[in-house]
Amino acid sequence: MSTVSISTPAVTAPNSHGRRLFRKRLPAAMALLPTALVVLVVYIGCMVWTVRLSFTSSTLLPKLDWVGMTQYTRLFANDRFVTSAENIVIFGILFIAGCLILGFLLAVFIDQNVRAEGIFRTVFLYPYAMSFVVTGVAWQWFLNPGLGLQKVVRDLGFESFTFDWIVSQDMAIYTIVIAGLWHGSGLTMAILLAGLRGVDEDLWKAAKVDGIPTWRVYTSIVLPLLRPMVVTATVLLATGVVKLYDLVVAMTMGGPGIATEVPAKFVMDHLFERNNIALGTAAATIMLICVVSILAPWVYARYVRPQGRHA
Amino acid sequence: MGAVSVRDVTVAFEAFRVFDGLNLDIEEGEFIVLLGPSGCGKSTLLNAIAGLLDVASGQIWIGGKNVTWEEPKDRGIAMVFQSYALYPRMSVRENMSFGLRMAKTPKMEIEKRVKHAAELLQITHLLDRRPDQLSGGQRQRVAIGRALVRDAAVFLFDEPLSNLDAKLRNELRVEIKRLHARLGKTTMVYVTHDQIEAMTLADRIVVMKEQKVQQIGTPDEIYRRPSNLFVAGFVGSPQMNFIKGRIEYNDHIPEFVIGQRRLPLSDYLFHDGRPAAQDVILGVRPEHLDIVNDGTWADFTIDIVEPMGADTVLWCSDREGSLQIRTNGSRKAAPGHRLSLTVDAAQVSLFAAETGERL
Amino acid sequence: MNTAEPQGRRPRRLTAGRMGVYALLISAALFFLLPLWIMIVTSLKPMEEIRLGNILALPVAFTLEAWTKAWSSACTGLECNGISVGFWNSVRILIPSVVLSIAFGAVNGYALSFWRVKGANVLFGILLLGAFIPYQVFLYPLVRIFSMTGIYNSLPCIVIVHVIFGLPTMTLLFRNYYAGLPLELFKAARIDGGGFWTIFLRVMLPMSIPMLVVATILQVTGIWNDFIFGLTFAGRENLPMTVQLNNIVHSTQGERAYNVDMAATMLAALVPLVVYFVSGRWFVRGIAAGAVKG
Repeated sequence: MSTVSISTPAVTAPNSHGRRLFRKRLPAAMALLPTALVVLVVYIGCMVWTVRLSFTSSTLLPKLDWVGMTQYTRLFANDRFVTSAENIVIFGILFIAGCLILGFLLAVFIDQNVRAEGIFRTVFLYPYAMSFVVTGVAWQWFLNPGLGLQKVVRDLGFESFTFDWIVSQDMAIYTIVIAGLWHGSGLTMAILLAGLRGVDEDLWKAAKVDGIPTWRVYTSIVLPLLRPMVVTATVLLATGVVKLYDLVVAMTMGGPGIATEVPAKFVMDHLFERNNIALGTAAATIMLICVVSILAPWVYARYVRPQGRHA
Repeated sequence: MGAVSVRDVTVAFEAFRVFDGLNLDIEEGEFIVLLGPSGCGKSTLLNAIAGLLDVASGQIWIGGKNVTWEEPKDRGIAMVFQSYALYPRMSVRENMSFGLRMAKTPKMEIEKRVKHAAELLQITHLLDRRPDQLSGGQRQRVAIGRALVRDAAVFLFDEPLSNLDAKLRNELRVEIKRLHARLGKTTMVYVTHDQIEAMTLADRIVVMKEQKVQQIGTPDEIYRRPSNLFVAGFVGSPQMNFIKGRIEYNDHIPEFVIGQRRLPLSDYLFHDGRPAAQDVILGVRPEHLDIVNDGTWADFTIDIVEPMGADTVLWCSDREGSLQIRTNGSRKAAPGHRLSLTVDAAQVSLFAAETGERL
Repeated sequence: MNTAEPQGRRPRRLTAGRMGVYALLISAALFFLLPLWIMIVTSLKPMEEIRLGNILALPVAFTLEAWTKAWSSACTGLECNGISVGFWNSVRILIPSVVLSIAFGAVNGYALSFWRVKGANVLFGILLLGAFIPYQVFLYPLVRIFSMTGIYNSLPCIVIVHVIFGLPTMTLLFRNYYAGLPLELFKAARIDGGGFWTIFLRVMLPMSIPMLVVATILQVTGIWNDFIFGLTFAGRENLPMTVQLNNIVHSTQGERAYNVDMAATMLAALVPLVVYFVSGRWFVRGIAAGAVKG
């Protein structure tokens, strides 16, 4: 689509003026051509292909037959997928809410004119520089019930202390949340802190003259101002949720059992290990639909509605 | 004892000390303008009075009470800011009443004060709007309203009109002056870098430069008897003409001498009697140069003519230098014309070349 | 309280509130530092000490053995050449991927901000949305395409994938940056007779150094930390460090050597950590700029 419209001026330019304009813009259009091809072939083409495959009976190799919704019926009857879906909802809600709350608190506390601010900032953000694989491996080791945190506390004399979530069917997903919070809340902190620092200083002075307590200034005056940063952070965290894969692979391999399976892993496993392309692509399509339905209101709020108001 | 008194105040930023031991007394009901270029310390002083900035030494008294350690809200002040500093996502009414609600003022009282302030500022119809639905001028009115409801004895203004366009600035300036007259006993301390605001609003102007008070005086004193070269140059537009020359005595009468030109100074009010013969700078306001047919200072040539409507500014020069003359707008003048001028010695200012201080 | 006349600085009291602030900050800092601490101390202990001892304790018999083993002889599946293989693979993937993705991003951003090419906004819009779509949606068809062209499981393949999926962020980064530059600058360059590439190379690129730094930080950490693309597209010969690390940790032969695992983890984290500590505030600027401000 885009490539077509980029080259339209050449075809339709009706007069010398238009043609001259086009000649000048030709290098620009040429420079954008590779990106346009990528968008067309990868972002649109591959997406359509994946959706199409989800309606086939492909297993090891892609077929182009049509089996209707069969794969989707199969998908929602699949324990592994249902668990994956539940897990991603649990993880998504706790991870996003946790990061926002923790990030906001950390940002506010750092904003209190504290000593060694730079050190705190550095410490809170460094996990974000590390890969999910590193994060997963580190936390797996730390939470190892036999040798990790549980043993340390027991050795201190609390013999009955138990923290074996990582090997527990019910609790393992929460250890992924903890590792995720460790990895991502520094980012939220950094984004919100930048927002806090951008608040007009006069506003703080006015509130001080008015005698408004500091916590009230944060909740009633500053927080509303931070809304764009909160939205940015949320969108960023949400994309991280959907892409959640490496962390699970490194930390629990989806286990114990299927306790920490997630949709991205379900797709990867079915595409590349279990040779069930149709089921894998059907799961991928469900992921796509979820992302689009989350994204749509944001795009609407951000790009469609403001234009409407200015007009 | 004044309404606001700044005693021996020093403010320190890290190792950098601002106004070492500054003193300033402000009378009750007075309109004081702190005037100076950016970075002169005028806003720092205002923030120190408000308690938004700790003083390193000295005391601040407001209304006969030592408030050096008091929180801003307990100092009996209200403040208006350059960026309006309205609370976002709160209606005008909420903006104006937020502080009172925090102080647990009775509802009836809050309503009464908000209504009164809104009427005074003619913003009653805006009470339910939000700041982002208001124009700049309306926002600043709301900000003033928010200060009004505090019923404070002292109003602090931090460049309140600097974000507005010229027309609105003039409107609100008059409004603020009217407000001050209506409130009667309210003391106002107003920071600006705009000399017109200072001249039009102030009972007294404090001219500051590089964290030091240069001169405190009525607008008239500041304009007519500037205490040094900086004040003379900063206040007045077009700028005062400065002419380098010497004081010499001719028959015991002091005269200003530059080349062939002389100006007898028998009408000039010297600070302390008769100064020694020395290098000086003569300051003459453009409107104090009269164009006459056979003036004492002849042979100036007009370079540029700037008609401004009511009056016209002529830029003219001779071999020694150039001068600006403000003259009636109806006068015909063209570049190349020759002029002859007289100077009224009673209207000029003389500054020692060495120190820049008024003689 | 002081009975003397108040003067000078307000007396500062260490209030409960302030102590609470510090208490919370310090405990949060401990939470963030603990995993790094246990990684370091574990990697410096011999296995016997790990089996018996406290995970938090400093090593008694300090040894670098785990590090050398992790680097040169740990088993990643069937081969036992250590994570160094992965390190060099990552370097070989990283350099061309970073250079190319930044180059494309800069040119795209420039073309989008200054040259009104028809359809460019649509292009940018789709690209931007593409940044949010889960990779799983694209992976299988991409694998087929690469297989058909015969470069699947090769260095060029993984580099191309990194460039493709780096396009949205890089384009956005540079587009926003160039959109912030005055249009007059571009107009002046046009009036002086500059063409598309001349203006880009002579005027825009020299002004883009801050963004180039930010983009480099972003891409180096991003590509170094990638797992899923390396796993899917790089091929057995080119597996990046993250994949190798995962293989070491999850290789099931014999007893797990936690000290070697942790040493390998530290090695894998080293490059992004160095980038982070050296770049400081630039890193924050990078993620903030990459955080889709559109």
